[in-house]
Amino acid sequence: MERELHIRFLRDMLRARRMEERIAQEYTRGNIGGFLHLYPGEEAVAVGVLHAAEPGDYVVSTYREHVHALVRGMPMRNIMAELFGKRDGCSRGMGGSMHLFDTERRFLGGYAIVGETYPIAIGAAYAVMMRGLPEAVICFFGDGAVNQGTFHESLNMAALWKLPVLFVCENNHYQIGTEIHRHSAVTEVYKRAAAYNIPAAKIDGMNIETVNRHAREALAQVRAGQGPHLLEFETYRYRGHSIADPGSYRPAVEVAAYEARDPIAAEMRDLSLHYPDADTLHALGLHSSESLGQHYIEHGHLDTAGLEAIEADIRAEIDDAVAFAQAAPEPTLDDARRALRPSLIQETLI
Amino acid sequence: MQIISYWQALNLAHDAEMAADDTVIVLGEDVGLFGGTYRVTEGLYAQYGERRVLDTPVSEGSFTGLGVGAAMAGLRPVVEIMTVNFALLALDAIINMAAKIPFMSGGQFTMPLTIRIPSGTAHQLAAQHSQRLEHTLMNVPGLRIVVPATPQDAYWQLRQAIRSDDCVIVLEHELLNFDQGPVDTAAVAPPPHRAAVRREGSDLTVISYSRMANQALIAAEQLAAEGIEAEVLDLRSLSPIDWETCAASVRKTGHLLIAEEDSRFAGAGAELVAELTERCFSSLRAAPLRVAALDLPNPYNKTLEQQIIPQPADIAAAARTLVGKAPRQEMPK
Repeated sequence: MERELHIRFLRDMLRARRMEERIAQEYTRGNIGGFLHLYPGEEAVAVGVLHAAEPGDYVVSTYREHVHALVRGMPMRNIMAELFGKRDGCSRGMGGSMHLFDTERRFLGGYAIVGETYPIAIGAAYAVMMRGLPEAVICFFGDGAVNQGTFHESLNMAALWKLPVLFVCENNHYQIGTEIHRHSAVTEVYKRAAAYNIPAAKIDGMNIETVNRHAREALAQVRAGQGPHLLEFETYRYRGHSIADPGSYRPAVEVAAYEARDPIAAEMRDLSLHYPDADTLHALGLHSSESLGQHYIEHGHLDTAGLEAIEADIRAEIDDAVAFAQAAPEPTLDDARRALRPSLIQETLI
Repeated sequence: MQIISYWQALNLAHDAEMAADDTVIVLGEDVGLFGGTYRVTEGLYAQYGERRVLDTPVSEGSFTGLGVGAAMAGLRPVVEIMTVNFALLALDAIINMAAKIPFMSGGQFTMPLTIRIPSGTAHQLAAQHSQRLEHTLMNVPGLRIVVPATPQDAYWQLRQAIRSDDCVIVLEHELLNFDQGPVDTAAVAPPPHRAAVRREGSDLTVISYSRMANQALIAAEQLAAEGIEAEVLDLRSLSPIDWETCAASVRKTGHLLIAEEDSRFAGAGAELVAELTERCFSSLRAAPLRVAALDLPNPYNKTLEQQIIPQPADIAAAARTLVGKAPRQEMPK
């Protein structure tokens, strides 16, 4: 069971990493336009938190949200088609990279104005509270977003009315090119929650198991009606703020230090340590140990072939998504008008 | 049929919709226990409880945004922003969120959100407490704006706003709150964006909205005594605008006069003149005129305050000029 969970973590983190890498390629090929903010380095946060979510939960995200949408269950085809600006995109080509939406999966969107996710989240949480169901709202934001007024206004209301929100700070230490010590008087985001009596903690965002465990615990409290919770995940983006940003304001040694703690590499290492492949077992002289061999037959193990199978699946999924996006039709002006006024027909009498 | 105040009509509309639909909630500063700074939500807190009638902190940006999020998750919130001046703090929620989300999501999300905003020039509230923002909001695709001038329209249009799946801004006028008029709760309402011909006439068309529509009617009575018959249109909605009704009247009279409380420069009247000139150019027998507020912030001084917004006499004077009964001036107020 635990191993299956870890393989799911690894699979989703790899899907996220490979999808973003392909998206960067498609951008340079001219298939994707506009602003593009990529996620490599931060995968453990999205995957760890969203694997703790239930289908009934709401998710509110930022402009760096492709991976949040993917892990939430949005088909990669619809994400890719949206980035290509096509009618079969999740937002019918009207939103693009920064505005992925999905009613079915309660994905309340990506927002491109920093600090907008908090009020949307407390609004959804108010609706949840009125219904009295054990649902939660997961609100993503970055370290740069905590200096907007909406952070303080919304945390106040969330605590005042005990709203079921999990505030998730993806602290990647940079507000575009301004390092956190240059933009915040208090650089430990979780400490700010104390001003509103909201329980909070600072967590290693590069370790998926830790992320997932804390998210589960916090969401359990949120669903139990104990009010909002804030988790600050320390993480890092390997790339610049957006595709147009080489990120050269960061010391190479800093980037290298975080890359050395890459959550995907760590997960692969853990899995291969716990579940070594046949050759490793043989090298360790354990091949003759029947009981251990039996154990691994029963539980399976991630060997090179297993990993390659996962990577092959992901390549196929990405190729399919790109082909789908390329073949999808362009939206028309009529589509745009319909998107603006879905209820135009509702000019009815009371 | 009952004779009640504008604020009471708004109160009745809230009550009717809250009774009919459990998902309707009201939120804003002092809307609950206090009963609303203009009494509009009086009694709702006792009737529907603190969850459905929510007193908020002074956080316009976030509680308006809360309304947006709640509307996306199954509620029909009515957000009261105490005055239009404070709505400036909520423009991100109104313009970047409420107006954009249905569109950006490709039509997946509706926005059953009503934002009530008392506005206009009241009694010596000075520049930060009395201004008009309709021109700003009109320029945002994705918003509907209704501007009721009578208790009956206040009742109808608020109920329609709450039932709408689009974001509707209800721009009330603070000076209309104690105006009384008949309200028939059983009558069938016209569509929320339909303009009303409040007075028929053949010599000129006066197009107006909100409190200024009532001022135009007073002017029309003065003009009638002089033999000038003004047709007075109350737009009732600034987005969308009922161009058909407006154009039909202009084609009939051949003269167009706009009376608005908004500032003249780039105000609502500029859009009305431009569109109706394009539509009705061959029917116009003179260049259209606008009577609007002067391009000044509201002065505190009582006399000056009255001088910067149009009075019935100003509307009547412009009408005389328009139909050739008075010399034409370059820049009528």
